[in-house]
Amino acid sequence: MDNEKPIVDFSAIRDALGKDFKPVQVMDGQANVVNEAIVSKYSNDQLVDFLKLMIWERTLHQRSNALTRQGRLGFYAPTEGQEASEMGSNSAMKSTDVLMPAYRDIPQLIQHGLPVYKAFLWSRGHVLGNEYPEDLHAMPPQIIIGAQYIQAAGVALGIKKNGTEDKVAYSYTGDGGTSQGDFYEGMNFAGAFQAPAVFIVQNNGYAISVPRRKQTAARTLAQKAVAAGIPSVQVDGMDFLAVHEVTKAAREYAAAGNGPVMIETLTYRFGPHTNAGDDPKRYRTKAEEQPWFDNDPLIRYRKYLTDQGVWSEDIENDYVDQVKADIKAAVKQADEAPKQKMTEFLGNVFEEQPQNIQQQITEYQAKESK
Amino acid sequence: MSKKTYIQAITDALRLELGSDEKTLIFGEDVGKNGGVFRATDGLQAEFGEDRVFDTPLAESGIGGLSIGLALEGFRPIPEIQFLGFIFETLDSIAGQMSRERFRTGGTRHMPITIRSPYGGGTHTPEMHADSLEGYLAQIPGLRVVTPSNPYDAKGLLISSIRNNDPVFFLENLKLYRSMKADIPDEAYTVPLDKANVVREGTDITLIAYSAQVNQSLKVAEKLEKEGISVEVVDLRTLSPLDEETILKSVEKTGRAVAIQEAQRQAGIAANVASLIAEKGALYLSAPVGRVSAPDTVYPFGLAEDDWLPAEDEIEAKTREILNY
Ligand SMILES: Cc1ncc(C[n+]2csc(CCOP(=O)(O)OP(=O)(O)O)c2C)c(N)n1
Repeated sequence: MDNEKPIVDFSAIRDALGKDFKPVQVMDGQANVVNEAIVSKYSNDQLVDFLKLMIWERTLHQRSNALTRQGRLGFYAPTEGQEASEMGSNSAMKSTDVLMPAYRDIPQLIQHGLPVYKAFLWSRGHVLGNEYPEDLHAMPPQIIIGAQYIQAAGVALGIKKNGTEDKVAYSYTGDGGTSQGDFYEGMNFAGAFQAPAVFIVQNNGYAISVPRRKQTAARTLAQKAVAAGIPSVQVDGMDFLAVHEVTKAAREYAAAGNGPVMIETLTYRFGPHTNAGDDPKRYRTKAEEQPWFDNDPLIRYRKYLTDQGVWSEDIENDYVDQVKADIKAAVKQADEAPKQKMTEFLGNVFEEQPQNIQQQITEYQAKESK
Repeated sequence: MSKKTYIQAITDALRLELGSDEKTLIFGEDVGKNGGVFRATDGLQAEFGEDRVFDTPLAESGIGGLSIGLALEGFRPIPEIQFLGFIFETLDSIAGQMSRERFRTGGTRHMPITIRSPYGGGTHTPEMHADSLEGYLAQIPGLRVVTPSNPYDAKGLLISSIRNNDPVFFLENLKLYRSMKADIPDEAYTVPLDKANVVREGTDITLIAYSAQVNQSLKVAEKLEKEGISVEVVDLRTLSPLDEETILKSVEKTGRAVAIQEAQRQAGIAANVASLIAEKGALYLSAPVGRVSAPDTVYPFGLAEDDWLPAEDEIEAKTREILNY
């Protein structure tokens, strides 16, 4: 019979998928506080420090952009628009937590302890940018999309096996990254082993030119964690306090031995994917971009704190000048890095040199001494 | 005839094949609206529609498996892997699956898949973007590994690859994309697979190279000509399987050979060439087979690339060494 009801109504199930995920927000785009309890937890000084983190990231972005144009940086993935997502989450972590970053997570790496000049050397393609001191609990930025997620699961399992208390592994990927097998495998492993990992998806709308809606039919990216049996949440990624609070709660939950958590931040990449020839005009319209620009994560906190009388244009200008001076000093330090040597590269392939490498070291020694 | 760059020649081949066979499909990351990150597929989605040219979610393993499935349904997939360094995610599909299908189904299924990917150094890309992984691919039975050294071959070899019923890994050199132009026919033409090309005749020594190193070798040959040294240059074009006949014939004529590659020295294509000559052409030789390659390190960071990649003067020095042996 044609109009007989099927045993299962798949359309209804599909329509319901992901409906439970509502973005967490603390302050809306007009600087209206929607969660008073959270805001009142913080002193004005603390809130100013948070705003400074975002302005620092914005300034770093602007300088990095200018430096790439001058040919003084190599690879650079713009971060403008993602300040609340990046700084909001990172500021909720401890310096002893292990950060597994991707190429757009340079600001978090720096806040986690990477000297700025090393970040610049990494961008230029110098190994010194990847030589991290032992107390910097992070790996260099990952280029292979998704790889950092499974590795974060491994770090988290290691933390658990070592019995280390109050420590988590955390990692970032983009909306595009959530399509990779590694993404699912990382979450599934961490879930299966109940390992202390915090997985952050920065949903900035695009994987290079591919919009989020073409990436997956899932209504939210947060719901992708459901299949791994781990809790997840969607958060307004332009809202620093919301991202910060959610990440802090996730960290506490994971560090307490409850297993991993996943967070999807709803944000936007204002500029191109990287500075190496990507042109967003090919795949985005002004009409789509403008509302996001108006929702700049700096605007609402700047307004709120200005209204409170604790922030002003003058304070901001002084602070930006100071950040610029630090960056200038870092560029100088990067410029002074010694030339990379093939003999050193060869020496770093293995701990003990086999004969083919020894021979090649001798060959390159001759060339380098010329 | 029109003057075209290497990458324009590739776009040309793709457009012609999409136009002549409706079973051909182009897909991958950013190949649609964006026309690929290097614009190799520029305008093709607008011309042929989203059914024929489409973006996939960001997952190389998915792209590989999708290709196999589509081939089983009678399509001729032309997937793009955005950079060769990202093939590791899809190696199960390539090495473990598609290249074995004809064999494991007793010849009853075929996999007319052409995987395109840029590779090769000298453009200061970030990690994993320039690595020469052709040596890994060349050890996979049932997979052809093809790489053109100029715009003419790029178009003709790509058309041959797409029309071929077995999987082909088609490697496009990043540095060559826009650094050279040549007059090529506007219509479709083929350049044969599995055949090396003697790009320059000579009698004193044979330089055997592929991709960007062919052009470096030609420059060395021109330089040595001024001293009265006659250098033959062989462009492998297909790296696997090797065209043994052309290589051996040339070495028989010149009696000396140097094999050149951009990749690390260990276990690469140049090693295959040298062992072929040692095994089947030893009696032609008046000197050992020379090899020019990068050292056996992980692919270096951008700033060190120029020191790491085999340079023209290294090819020249090795050629002189073998000549004077
Ligand atoms: C395994 C792999 N495939 C492809 C790429 C090329 N690639 C670099 S970034 C990118 C898009 C990533 O988008 P998303 O995950 O959303 O992060 P976003 O860059 O937007 O932060 C692609 C396809 C890569 N680096 N690694």
